[in-house]
Amino acid sequence: MKPPPFEYFAPTTLDEALDYMADYGDEAKPLAGGQSLIPTMNFRLAQPEVLVDLNGLAELAYIRPAAGGVSIGAMTRQRSVERSPLVAEQTPLIHETMPYIAHPQIRNRGTFGGNLAHTDPASELPAVATALNARFRAQSRSGQRWLTADEFFVDLFTTALEPEELLVEIVIPPLPARTGYAFHEISRRHGDYALVGVAATVTLDDSGLCEAARLVYFSVGDKPVEAVQATAALAGQKLSAAAIDAAAEIAATQDIDPPGDIHASVAYRRHLAKVLARQVLAAATARAKQD
Amino acid sequence: MSTRYFGQRIKRNEDVRMLTGQALHVDDVNFADMLHVAFYRSRDAHGYIKEIDVSAAQEREGVVAVYTAEDLGDYWQPGPLLVPPPPTIKGLIFNQRTQVPLAKDKVRYVGEPIVMVVAESRYIAEDAAGDIWVEIEPLPAVIDIEQALSEDAPPIHDDLDSNLAAHVIQRKGDYETAVQQADLVIKRKLKYDRGTAAAMENRGIVAQWDAKSHKLTVWDTTQAPIVIRNGLAAMLGLSEHQVRVIAPFIGGGFGPKIMMFYPEEVLLPWASMKLNRPIKWIEDRQENFFATTQERGQVHEAELALTRDGRVLGLKHNFIHDGGAYIPYGLTVPLNSQANALGPYATPNYYSEFKVAFTNKPIVTPYRGAGRQHGVFVIERMLDIAAKELDLSPIEIRRRNFIQPEAFPYNHEIIFQDFAPLVFDSGNYEPALDMAVEMIGYEQFIKEEQPRLQAEGKKVGIGVAAYVEGTGIGPYEGARITVEASGKVSVASGIGTQGQGHFTSFAQIVADQLGVDVRNVYLVTGDTDQFHWGAGTFASRGAVVAGNAIHSAAVEVRKKILKLASEKLEAAEEDLELADGQVRVKGVPETAINLGSLAVMANPLRGAVRPGTEPGLEATSYFGPESGTTASGVHALIVEVDPETMLVEVKKYVVVHDCGKVINPLILDGQIHGGVAQGLGNAFYEQLHFDENGQLLNASFMDYLLPTALDVPRMEIGHFETLSPLNPLGIKGAGEAGAIPAAPAFVQAVENALGEAGPEILEIPLSPNRLFELVLGVGLTQKTR
Repeated sequence: MKPPPFEYFAPTTLDEALDYMADYGDEAKPLAGGQSLIPTMNFRLAQPEVLVDLNGLAELAYIRPAAGGVSIGAMTRQRSVERSPLVAEQTPLIHETMPYIAHPQIRNRGTFGGNLAHTDPASELPAVATALNARFRAQSRSGQRWLTADEFFVDLFTTALEPEELLVEIVIPPLPARTGYAFHEISRRHGDYALVGVAATVTLDDSGLCEAARLVYFSVGDKPVEAVQATAALAGQKLSAAAIDAAAEIAATQDIDPPGDIHASVAYRRHLAKVLARQVLAAATARAKQD
Repeated sequence: MSTRYFGQRIKRNEDVRMLTGQALHVDDVNFADMLHVAFYRSRDAHGYIKEIDVSAAQEREGVVAVYTAEDLGDYWQPGPLLVPPPPTIKGLIFNQRTQVPLAKDKVRYVGEPIVMVVAESRYIAEDAAGDIWVEIEPLPAVIDIEQALSEDAPPIHDDLDSNLAAHVIQRKGDYETAVQQADLVIKRKLKYDRGTAAAMENRGIVAQWDAKSHKLTVWDTTQAPIVIRNGLAAMLGLSEHQVRVIAPFIGGGFGPKIMMFYPEEVLLPWASMKLNRPIKWIEDRQENFFATTQERGQVHEAELALTRDGRVLGLKHNFIHDGGAYIPYGLTVPLNSQANALGPYATPNYYSEFKVAFTNKPIVTPYRGAGRQHGVFVIERMLDIAAKELDLSPIEIRRRNFIQPEAFPYNHEIIFQDFAPLVFDSGNYEPALDMAVEMIGYEQFIKEEQPRLQAEGKKVGIGVAAYVEGTGIGPYEGARITVEASGKVSVASGIGTQGQGHFTSFAQIVADQLGVDVRNVYLVTGDTDQFHWGAGTFASRGAVVAGNAIHSAAVEVRKKILKLASEKLEAAEEDLELADGQVRVKGVPETAINLGSLAVMANPLRGAVRPGTEPGLEATSYFGPESGTTASGVHALIVEVDPETMLVEVKKYVVVHDCGKVINPLILDGQIHGGVAQGLGNAFYEQLHFDENGQLLNASFMDYLLPTALDVPRMEIGHFETLSPLNPLGIKGAGEAGAIPAAPAFVQAVENALGEAGPEILEIPLSPNRLFELVLGVGLTQKTR
């Protein structure tokens, strides 16, 4: 379990890092917290020619208020996000999700942006970022662009980033008024990848009916999977237990097409997806009523 | 003899070193000119080797040597058969096929080593292994144990007609008569799947040939350094005095490290001699999933014949054991399963037949429990099912079948893994059951708590399982004890240590005999230059066999001390006492000699050692029990099953354990805690998933789920002491007990939680996914009468 040889650069500024990315393009892999990349290299499943170590880029480690929401630098450690009062205040769904990501030791090293750019289909943050309409700032030597979550997450371990681009910042907009949120996952052991997980937001209208809802799963497909039919069925409805049950059924049977593996069969994943949908929709609704 | 230490809950002498990283492990051994090894391992489970091209690897900078089976010449030999089949069992079939250093002609499991690469660093060695090209003509892989023995399964060893590795029948009484007399006969098929011991430290070897002194030193994570030394000397054409094997601190043994010879153990010393440089191989975690032996795959068909009041008249127990690709460890594991299905119960009639199947999977050798849990799983499950049929409580049916205390020694009449008849030396099972039932609060749970919680929609259940553990088998261990001039006492034993607390428990035995502080007893173990004789640490035998050898040596040294002190102090031996590192006259504490001074007097610079005496205060003793001693116990637990997710939480866990006289309850508790953790791992977390091609699907700790500290419950432990008559200290082994009954107890509790409408559970390991299938009736459980 030793990686094959690679070239290693440790830039200290973003510009310098972007130069390396421009020079080496496809051959280069940016190294953030290394909690996924290094094991993958040790297993020799990834054999990048060049590593561009971003850990010297202090300028990418920050959490700032941004237009009622939060802006998070890509190299911010997950543990910093977890412990940030600003995140807890402005985007509490992220705050509640962070402890589910692996173990504290891993969160001490792992970065917020690295997790999102790795786009592991079993990872919590891509689903939560999708549910929260996060926006992603990609930068290269030739400029920058903004992407939505739907644009950013393309496929299994694949984002819309070009080879010479780095993810530098993620902006989480504030939740609309009368909006509740919830997150839950089922894993074999605490800190394991989830068998199934889901993030939800529910927005109520003036009369207490459902104005809009988001239900975004992870570990059920190649990338975050939004249960659009289930949430469409809730629009304009009173969020009774029966309505939520019906939506959960739609989510588990129509919106997702989960894979089976040694830890969970297709049938078990669908079952868990239904159980989780009921729980998070009910919890998000209860919070929306208090918002 | 005072007993200031024996039986005391004292902290371990070795912990400071281990916890602060000051304990030597094999990977800590480094030399400036050391070479490093990586292996090219088979990617196919079964096939013929058509071509091996190592030219690119040889050309890579930093590569020193690349070896295939051809390069080994006459040194290439199949490994020894460690434990032959018992000669006393009639009609036994055994097809001995043992592992080879590097695969030649054929590969038989994924991970089997084909090429050894030696390079200046492990990095380069792994790069070079990646340069190697091996062409395999694949054959169908034999994975399923039952299909392995079908006529159309391709033979894994070409010179055999089938994959039958062994066939053994053992009988006690006449089972068919029992069936005729029975009111109830229950038949079930039960399965137990593979896991791996997953010791914290993987295997590792450093070999250093010193051409000038003509000595080979090998640091090895083995549980049996002396046997390795003897074997290496013979294989390499050296004297045993030219070979020193050191098994330093080892991060967990659990059985797989008693396997020998692993290919790496054969190859590293040979290569060090050939290249005249020190050489290191440290198994990485990924390799460990293939290169270290595994255990637990068995399929059982059981029949239990009972009277209507729940007395067992007979048991029929036929099973197939998954041997893996080679069977170097003989029949130890299936013989344990065969014996342990009798459990603590007075079963008068027994018929048991097992077959061992070769499969295209890693080699199977004993892993903590070593087949005992299979036997316990079978009989405990069968009793649970019988209890339901007969409307008895699981407690009552066990109580009615226990061997009674006056019946010991109790002869089960079959042959055990040590070739001796299965005779239980002592035991007292019912009080242990009573204690466990009391500690878990069985009656109160069944009558009050469970109905109340079930009414709230909570699925809570209780399980109780009993077991015996054959421990402390021979052949022997030895020890040499020396009082040094400093007054400190050194103990040398050949037995290895892998975290059992030997540095403390053995010191306690010595400290009491010699009246010294336990911290002044220094143990050397696992170094063949320090003690020449011994077998190893396995089969829950360290405390029993080495412990009694050490005790015996300490008694001899005590005699020498008293004899010499009697002369020097001009007092009768019976008037002397040993305490505080001194010999003194009872009641006259100022008339005393320090042990250190006495040791100097026993080894004078002037004056002859008279004929018939020996210098120093030193003695060497051996202990070899005729047969094993049988420990026993009861586990009980309460679980809650989440009815929506099928996650299971253990709410309470109780162990009542009887391993005879306890040397150190703190160390014993630790042994049990670790064992229960592994037992619960087996029950609910750990399973090796092989696909139909023999590829392991979960060869990492990301997908092979070990229970973590968060998943293992707190345990309450009750000790019960029924002394063994087979050794002077009255002790029994405790190394494996924690792991043995956890699975049947867990299954009983889960079944109880799911209630009458729930499934009958006849397999291990479980998982939430599997429970979901069972509950939905997707995976059918068999229910035949």
